[in-house]
Amino acid sequence: MTAILWAFDVVLAVTLVALAAGVLATASLFRSIVLFIVFGLTMSIAWARLDAVDLGLVEAAVGAGLTGALLLNTLGHMRSQAEFTPEPSHGPGGRLALALAAGTAGLAIGAAVWAWPDAFAGLGDRVDTHLAESGAQNPVTAVLLNFRAYDTLLEIGVLVVAVVAVWALSPMRGRVLDADPPGLVLAGFVHLLVPVVVLVAGYLLWMGTDAPGGAFQAGAVLAAAGVLLLITGRVAPPQLQAIVERGAVVLGLVAFLAVGVAVMAGGHAFLELPDAWATTLILLLESLLTISIAIVLVILFAGGRTDAAHPPEDAAP
Amino acid sequence: MPVVDLLALVLMLTGAAFFFAGTVGLLRFPDVYCRLHALTKVDNLGLGFVLAGLALRSGLLTVALKLLLIWLLVLLASTTACHLSARAARHLGVEPWRRA
Repeated sequence: MTAILWAFDVVLAVTLVALAAGVLATASLFRSIVLFIVFGLTMSIAWARLDAVDLGLVEAAVGAGLTGALLLNTLGHMRSQAEFTPEPSHGPGGRLALALAAGTAGLAIGAAVWAWPDAFAGLGDRVDTHLAESGAQNPVTAVLLNFRAYDTLLEIGVLVVAVVAVWALSPMRGRVLDADPPGLVLAGFVHLLVPVVVLVAGYLLWMGTDAPGGAFQAGAVLAAAGVLLLITGRVAPPQLQAIVERGAVVLGLVAFLAVGVAVMAGGHAFLELPDAWATTLILLLESLLTISIAIVLVILFAGGRTDAAHPPEDAAP
Repeated sequence: MPVVDLLALVLMLTGAAFFFAGTVGLLRFPDVYCRLHALTKVDNLGLGFVLAGLALRSGLLTVALKLLLIWLLVLLASTTACHLSARAARHLGVEPWRRA
């Protein structure tokens, strides 16, 4: 059995490297994106093999799913612009420099891992020791929402900044999404699937405290439903005019900061969750984070403001 | 080997055979419509066999029902994706292949 698993891991590793090479080497941008999506899915299997199911879920939902949709949408938009030429902006010299830089970084990381003392077991034991006081049964959630909540706070901050940056760019002209009406089969599919997707997102969120899952997985899955509704014209691209939309974008960040400051009233440090309240606060934060992450990802997919003078042709009637 | 495991093994190998046939079809068939035919029909059946084998191996009703749900979702998604790909090909004016 071990031999079969070992062979499987070797095939997985070789496939990953081959796919990565394919993504970089292929001349067609479309083919490159498709290979990138396949790379993401294969990577999620690799994470699952490494017992990092949380990462596997994120990789499948964000790395393969939403990033793939984002890249395909961008390519479609670029192709609809007449002036677009899919030439790489750097010549052979630039490519060589990039390859050298990436290769050096890769070697440095490899050397750092190699130089680990055998006795160094990472921080896993310390997390296990203190898991009971974190308010979460799943060690990944305990680290993300309690022990290293700072990191997660900054991550949601980065997402909000990304939306602000996209919104500050010049408006999208012309076709944002496919102008074709979605057709009966796709419309029926979305009709059936969206409630299921919402259910799955809720399940991932609820399970996240004691099993793999959590705000990022649930948010990404929820965003997928939003993308489906967007491309089938069920909802119009977000305009961020209404206070509700703007509020949803910053909801997670604001709640995170509010909780972080509020606990200080009880004599705790910033973001130091009191043991008695930890589970409730984690669930509350994860729920609000899910909403923000979902809307941020949908806005990033839509690609920014639409030009009032040239509204997208497929905006919902 | 217990009978259940043997049955699960036979089911999964049957599934793998269908996946192999589907992949050969994807690589060898002459045009996009034929390839979609090979990919969606055969792979969906193969997945059904593999999941049935896994459900037997797990021996748990909850796991078996989750696997069934996954199969139904994949059926729904791949049917829709197949239809959309064929529709896009027809929009682009790809003529169906005919035996010369």
